[in-house]
Amino acid sequence: MAKQIKVSLIGNPNTGKTSVFNLLTGLNQQVGNYPGITVEKKEGICKLPRGVKAHILDLPGTYSLNASSLDENVVIEILLNKKDKDFPDVAVVVSDVENLKRNLLLFTQIKDLEIPTILVINMADRMRSSGISLDIPLLEKELNTKIALISARKNQGIDELKKLIVAYGSLSTKPCVNALTFAPEYFNRLQKAFPKQSLYKLWLVITQDVNFRKVDKKKSSITPDFEIKSESELKRFQQKETIKRYQFINGVLKKGLIIDEKAATGMRARLDRVLTHKFWGYFIFFAILLFIFQAIYDWSSYPMDLIDEGFAWLSEVTKSGLPSGPFVDLITEGIIPGLGGIVIFIPQIAFLFLFISILEESGYMSRVVFLMDRVMRRFGLSGKSVVPLVSGTACAIPAVMATRNIENWKERLITILVVPFTTCSARLPVYLIIISLVIPNEKVGWIFSYQSLTLMLLYFLGFGTAVGSAWILNKILKIKSKTYFVIEMPGYKLPLLKNVVINVIEKTKAFVLGAGKIILAISIVLWVLASFGPNDKFSNAAQIVTEKYTNLSGEELDQKIASHKLEYSFIGYAGKAIEPIVAPLGYDWKIGIGIISSFAAREVFVGTLATIYSVGSDEEETIKNRMKAEVNTVTGGPLFNLASGISLLLFYAFAMQCMSTLAIVKRETNSWKWPMAQLIFMSGLAYGIALIVYQVLK
Amino acid sequence: MKITIANLKKGQRALIKEITSEIIPLKLLEMGCLPGNEVELIQTAPFQCPMYLTINGSHLAIRREMAAQIEVEII
Repeated sequence: MAKQIKVSLIGNPNTGKTSVFNLLTGLNQQVGNYPGITVEKKEGICKLPRGVKAHILDLPGTYSLNASSLDENVVIEILLNKKDKDFPDVAVVVSDVENLKRNLLLFTQIKDLEIPTILVINMADRMRSSGISLDIPLLEKELNTKIALISARKNQGIDELKKLIVAYGSLSTKPCVNALTFAPEYFNRLQKAFPKQSLYKLWLVITQDVNFRKVDKKKSSITPDFEIKSESELKRFQQKETIKRYQFINGVLKKGLIIDEKAATGMRARLDRVLTHKFWGYFIFFAILLFIFQAIYDWSSYPMDLIDEGFAWLSEVTKSGLPSGPFVDLITEGIIPGLGGIVIFIPQIAFLFLFISILEESGYMSRVVFLMDRVMRRFGLSGKSVVPLVSGTACAIPAVMATRNIENWKERLITILVVPFTTCSARLPVYLIIISLVIPNEKVGWIFSYQSLTLMLLYFLGFGTAVGSAWILNKILKIKSKTYFVIEMPGYKLPLLKNVVINVIEKTKAFVLGAGKIILAISIVLWVLASFGPNDKFSNAAQIVTEKYTNLSGEELDQKIASHKLEYSFIGYAGKAIEPIVAPLGYDWKIGIGIISSFAAREVFVGTLATIYSVGSDEEETIKNRMKAEVNTVTGGPLFNLASGISLLLFYAFAMQCMSTLAIVKRETNSWKWPMAQLIFMSGLAYGIALIVYQVLK
Repeated sequence: MKITIANLKKGQRALIKEITSEIIPLKLLEMGCLPGNEVELIQTAPFQCPMYLTINGSHLAIRREMAAQIEVEII
């Protein structure tokens, strides 16, 4: 096999780097993590002319090599370490024609590392509308590089880029800016000590050490003489570096880039006037939100119903097709419904990411962050917390993942901690059935009924608790982190279908594989606990029930047996064991089991009650009638009344009952401390409030 | 009184004079917020924060406290 050319794609955020990556690799890509950290690693294979292949690594977007986040640090670690298996043969720096000046800053840094570097100028299709003209040969000469002028959107220029990659051997590795000019005294000393090394590279190794203390010191044995004395000295040097680089860039662009302001269409300014307007901006944002909610609930209900039926059918077919026995039961009652429990979320998650990636691709999301920052800051959150909080109403898992672009660790942590309070879709089935049981179905005014108002209140309650606890956490948590907030406002563009589709597939896959494993494991455990019992009462259930109800037969008898079995299974005993704990909230042992099983996923509650109340089907009406008839053995009244119903609703609103969320929080915060704090705080709060409400209302 | 970006009115342009380097993050400098460069206020969110600016041709938004640290000369 011929050797693959190792290519690293590098660029500022919003330059269309991912589009270039998608064009080069197609679906031939995979997403993983860099070892030990949660930074996403995207790589793929690209076929080049003359049978050559390239391995393309899409490095995280960064504005410069002076890293301020873990994502950005990955870029430096790879570029500084020649022995790293990802160290590139050639670096491809992607820039955006409308922000060329700023993008070239990073380019000059990469170039100064003396790595062969190609400059991609993307979004060439926008040159006319922004009145830009470029002198490519001149730029190539001044920057000492090869330039590919491309339009990822129109699929133009990619072949030229591929040709340049194949011929990477002929690229000059001469630096652009002489590092000596940053701080002559210091760099002169450095040069004398290490005459053979690239100055800029030495400098990066030293400064990275200051920032992260992770880069291996062995790579260049820098003596303490060159230690940077203080943070402000480091900053002064870096500021000087930035100024020198911009001087160089301005000199180059003065000759090579002409902008005719009159030719610019001003599309962006016109859109901004409306979309960031003090009134219309918010109006449009809330209208879009409303539309997204509607779409997620309405549109995904069809595929979800299909998936639900599909898995029930699969279970049935497997059951009848295979000989009966505990192993087949495990498959048909444990694994298949468990898998179903994962797959059922795919439509909602896919829809949510569809909208989020459209909003992000179009550039609109930055405007939302701009509009919401001030409001969110009051509660210790950032404008960038809006997306996670909105996503949380579908599912907390993608929402926690969406917090990654919040630079400030404290704001990010608070967002992660409060997101599970928002009313996720898994709470919905529980809410619906309890509301229909205990809230009168009467109209208030013209349109609203008490029931729909209750549901709406629960949504507000979830959001309010999230924001309220953020406010409290902001007061309690003593985390020092830089409070800066800089957000780029990219130009508006039509989202590229290819990028959106790839993004949706990726995110959905991450959910299915990541959270899926846990949901599956828990559902198997639950099944085992519900299918075995410690004593005769379980194993002889059929006999006992048949003797007791001699007049019953067929399906009804089977249901009674199933219900009896559950009562004396391990999980049944567990339910009875916790009954003293849940009784003050107005629940009996059966609801207790429902709550225990809800820890796998909340919506399991309805299914569990269905089994417990010996109703064969999951059909809502029948479960509802059975639940209505349940009697509280202590009071003699109905078990589900206003007091216990409201108590149960509030319990579900506050409690942390989602293993998958806990797992993802562990992954994102890299510690068990935070998910455990969530579990204890949220469940404690749920218990306390449910207790008070029941005792007051009863 | 020092005039800073926080004093700009919508649509007003100014040249950056002085940056108190201790407070301003490097990232902002790298986005072109350097002495001598031009800045224009495009829009502010309610309560004047954050501020949507064009600096050196880059469009970005920063919070008001930071804007108040960047001294400018109105043109």
